[in-house]
Amino acid sequence: MQWEIVIGLEVHTQLSTQSKIFSGASTAYGAAPNTQACVIDLALPGVLPVLNKGAVERAIKFGLSVGAKINSPSIFARKNYFYPDLPKGYQISQYELPVVQGGSIKIEVDGIEKTIRLTRAHLEEDAGKSLHEDFHGMSGIDLNRAGTPLLEIVSEPDLRSSAEAVAYAKTLHSLVRWIGICDGNMQEGSFRCDANVSVRPRGQEKFGTRCEIKNLNSFRFLEKAIDYEARRQIDILEDGGAIRQETRLYDANKDETRTMRTKEDANDYRYFPDPDLLPLEISPDWIGHIASSLPELPQVREDRYVSELSLTAYDAAVLTSSREIADYFEATVRVLPTQAKLCANWIMGDVMAQLNKEGIEIPACPIQPDSLAALLTRISDGTISGKAAKAVFESLWHGELNKDVDAIIAAKGLKQISDDGAIDKIIDQVLQANPQQVADYRNGKEKAFNSLVGQIMKATQGKANPAQVHAILKKKLEQ
Amino acid sequence: MNTLFNASLEQLSTQLAGKKISSTELTTEFLKRIQQLNPEYNAFITVNEEMSLAQAQAADKLLASGKANALTGIPIAQKDIFCAKGWLTTCGSKMLSNFVSPYDAGVIERFNQTGSVNLGKTNMDEFAMGSSNETSYYGVVRNPWDRLAVPGGSSGGAACAVAARLAPAATGTDTGGSIRQPAALCGISGIKPTYGLVSRYGMIAFASSLDQGGPMAKSAEDLALLLNVMVGFDPRDSTSLQRDIEDYTRDLQKPLNGLRIGLPKEYFAEGMSKDVEMAIENALNEYRKLGAQTVEVTLPNTPLSIPVYYVLAPAEASSNLSRFDGVRYGYRAESYGDLGDMYRKTRAQGFGPEVKRRILIGTYVLSHGYYDAYYIKAQKLRRLIAQDFTDAYKQCDIIMGPTTPTVAFNVGEKSGDPIQMYLSDIYTSAANLTGLPAMSIPVGFGDQHRPVGLHIIGNYFREAQMLNVAHQYQQTTDWHQQSPL
Amino acid sequence: MTLTVTDVKRIADLAYIEIDNDEAEATLTQLTGIFDLIETMQAIDTSSVEPMSHAQSVTQRLRDDEITETDQRDACQAIAPQVEAGLYLVPKVIE
Repeated sequence: MQWEIVIGLEVHTQLSTQSKIFSGASTAYGAAPNTQACVIDLALPGVLPVLNKGAVERAIKFGLSVGAKINSPSIFARKNYFYPDLPKGYQISQYELPVVQGGSIKIEVDGIEKTIRLTRAHLEEDAGKSLHEDFHGMSGIDLNRAGTPLLEIVSEPDLRSSAEAVAYAKTLHSLVRWIGICDGNMQEGSFRCDANVSVRPRGQEKFGTRCEIKNLNSFRFLEKAIDYEARRQIDILEDGGAIRQETRLYDANKDETRTMRTKEDANDYRYFPDPDLLPLEISPDWIGHIASSLPELPQVREDRYVSELSLTAYDAAVLTSSREIADYFEATVRVLPTQAKLCANWIMGDVMAQLNKEGIEIPACPIQPDSLAALLTRISDGTISGKAAKAVFESLWHGELNKDVDAIIAAKGLKQISDDGAIDKIIDQVLQANPQQVADYRNGKEKAFNSLVGQIMKATQGKANPAQVHAILKKKLEQ
Repeated sequence: MNTLFNASLEQLSTQLAGKKISSTELTTEFLKRIQQLNPEYNAFITVNEEMSLAQAQAADKLLASGKANALTGIPIAQKDIFCAKGWLTTCGSKMLSNFVSPYDAGVIERFNQTGSVNLGKTNMDEFAMGSSNETSYYGVVRNPWDRLAVPGGSSGGAACAVAARLAPAATGTDTGGSIRQPAALCGISGIKPTYGLVSRYGMIAFASSLDQGGPMAKSAEDLALLLNVMVGFDPRDSTSLQRDIEDYTRDLQKPLNGLRIGLPKEYFAEGMSKDVEMAIENALNEYRKLGAQTVEVTLPNTPLSIPVYYVLAPAEASSNLSRFDGVRYGYRAESYGDLGDMYRKTRAQGFGPEVKRRILIGTYVLSHGYYDAYYIKAQKLRRLIAQDFTDAYKQCDIIMGPTTPTVAFNVGEKSGDPIQMYLSDIYTSAANLTGLPAMSIPVGFGDQHRPVGLHIIGNYFREAQMLNVAHQYQQTTDWHQQSPL
Repeated sequence: MTLTVTDVKRIADLAYIEIDNDEAEATLTQLTGIFDLIETMQAIDTSSVEPMSHAQSVTQRLRDDEITETDQRDACQAIAPQVEAGLYLVPKVIE
């Protein structure tokens, strides 16, 4: 039988606010345990939550960037369950009336574009962490993370393969960083995925029973967990079994998923509107203000690179894979508006290669866009050859001569000889010294031409403008 | 010295300002009286002479420097529901029997800022759940008018402390009547302001959408001075209202000519005992003499307020009390097995029977499949109850009735029958459901010479008017000046 | 609606409160009485009524995104049942 995999993702993005969603404690990562857990985060008796404007603003930004509806009012609800990393015994989340409703995201897999619908995105608080090192047979609880703002982004079950799921997650990851609402740091848990996976016979309309896989903190784990889980479900069904609805945990070490809890012992969360918080009203003015402050979205920019700058779809996609890269490209191409392809090639080639080699990200690139643009200007105006440009790039990277492109060219003597008279003279000398090859060429041996070019370039130490050399040489040989 | 204990806040303030007495002396006198009489009444859970006297000395400095306010140097008994830094704050529960608060509640801060002295933490029903003060882990509080009787609850310790003159004034909190009912049963005055006027920050939550702090004192005039300190915006409480500052004493002297008093026919129907009815009738006659007129109004959904209250309050409480798990503070079971066992034993041992009962009710009404039938239904009825009052206020300025259907009952009389106990909130819980301000003032005595309270319910933010109405009555009567001792 | 001992035990389990059979039986009697009272709500038609969550119809106030809290760990952990190395200790958490 042919099986179809159906996947919906729930992604928890940590919002990049300074302070927590309901308290004034810092959200900075990596502090000593419980030093950033204030009386509110600790749920001392009598404390109360007050909502962080920055968290709401980021949720609105997200909603606007996926074309969703911003609900007003939206309501905060309590999700009740007991766990030592959940100090209040309930998580403040949203249930009915989340702040963001609907919207969609475009993904591309193997050149095919697909639209994934979003169900909702809601604000909630993160829990603390249980540390499983052994304290005389006990666990240690660190509540620094408790109360960190999260936006939980829930997709419709529109994804049909692990590749689509990964493409969706990556697009979302890039988007939340692009609009500046989340740092996207997956090692620190700023972007965490849960996957709802089910399978059904191809052609069947009804969804199969789904399992939720938790704890997917890298794109690779997301892919592997979905593949494993789909295989597991198909095997069960093909053996005549039935899928049990449950929550499963992905074990990266064993590359398998295992039961965490079944539906029977699933929690009854007893959601109800949090009486400590009032309905959240979001005015059209506020939405308008945020909309006007939103950066050009990646999809819009990608399309523009193709239509206005005539880049290939591939180049446009790579350059808009992150806001930083796109902004770097943007700043470079602003200086060289007619040389978009040259800018793209250098950024996607030399710049990226060097960044990868040194393991740094583009904001830390030692060559700023204006320096790169200066360098590329010298290529396009014929001052230096592409080959010489690589040497200038090296120098710029290492910060030589105050990163002054022209000074580096002069100091290294990399300037191309583009003066017709000078080239003319050198060609004449080379032709005189090589009568045999001249004769060969005139007798139809095309190869002799290249050999002559080589000699000329050698004589100029590679500085002659190759295009000019070609033109003048041809003219002379055909006289 | 009797005059000192019976003195009004105004009189104490004058004596302090005139250097007739220092705050240290005043505080010492009350501490001595507490030491002497508290063993009989059990009104206080915690008395800390050192901390109280340190505040008194600081107040004396303020007084000497001329920077004093109306309540500077005056000792106030704080209900043990308000977190006070460095003070044991138990909320009447074993669960918090070792909880020394590391922070101050908004209300405590305001009293500290004005230079009042924290005289001690008063006894209360556990987590404010009770109408008789019998659910306290720290034992029953006795009614100073009759030690066989309960003082009411949950602010029973506060009411007892004021009635027995162990404190010049006290704070309370009111979720279903917890200021007004004990005030009535102990023959003192108490007011629950409009929801949102007094900060709930640091006031240990019972039912967040109903809880409201307020003062308890001998007279309406004292209440006005206390409200001037207690009311105010607190940015740490999302439900705290941003409003212009009011002087609650401003209208005290206004005559009552033309005041329309609404008498809900449902409050004067069956259920009210004869002795209470007589005292209330006498009070209403007094009001007529003062120039007010009475009109009959109707609050048809009155019988629903108890069922609605006993869905919403336990629902919120069941969630509010989930934080008591023995992990970060408070009681943890002595011995336990795994994590779940630790939670279950801690909560089984740390909470008393009434608190557990309400947690179970609340958990049930919120649980899957019952939420709409109970919680949402109750919230809809809550709106109908609020609508009743909106309609009634079209015909009157203020509403009056009995605070409680009977005078104080005996200790033990209702403790085995939760429903009978719950029904003692019949007149009071509507003010919490609607958020309306409501108060109780003493208007005489019923059977066994136990006090009767007149319930005054105002429209939203009409506290100054209510205090005026109460004060005018207290100018021509002396029930509020009577003391059991 | 009829509550059973099983219901009482299930609710107690949800509320994380240990309860033995005798307690569950006694609780059942009380809760049954209370729910009889609560059931009187059902007689009223509320189909056209909006639920009321708050006494005042005001909206949520927002806090500026600023760090206003400092480290209070020592003060907060002084009252904790069991701490070590700055962590709150609990019986082993099993995921």
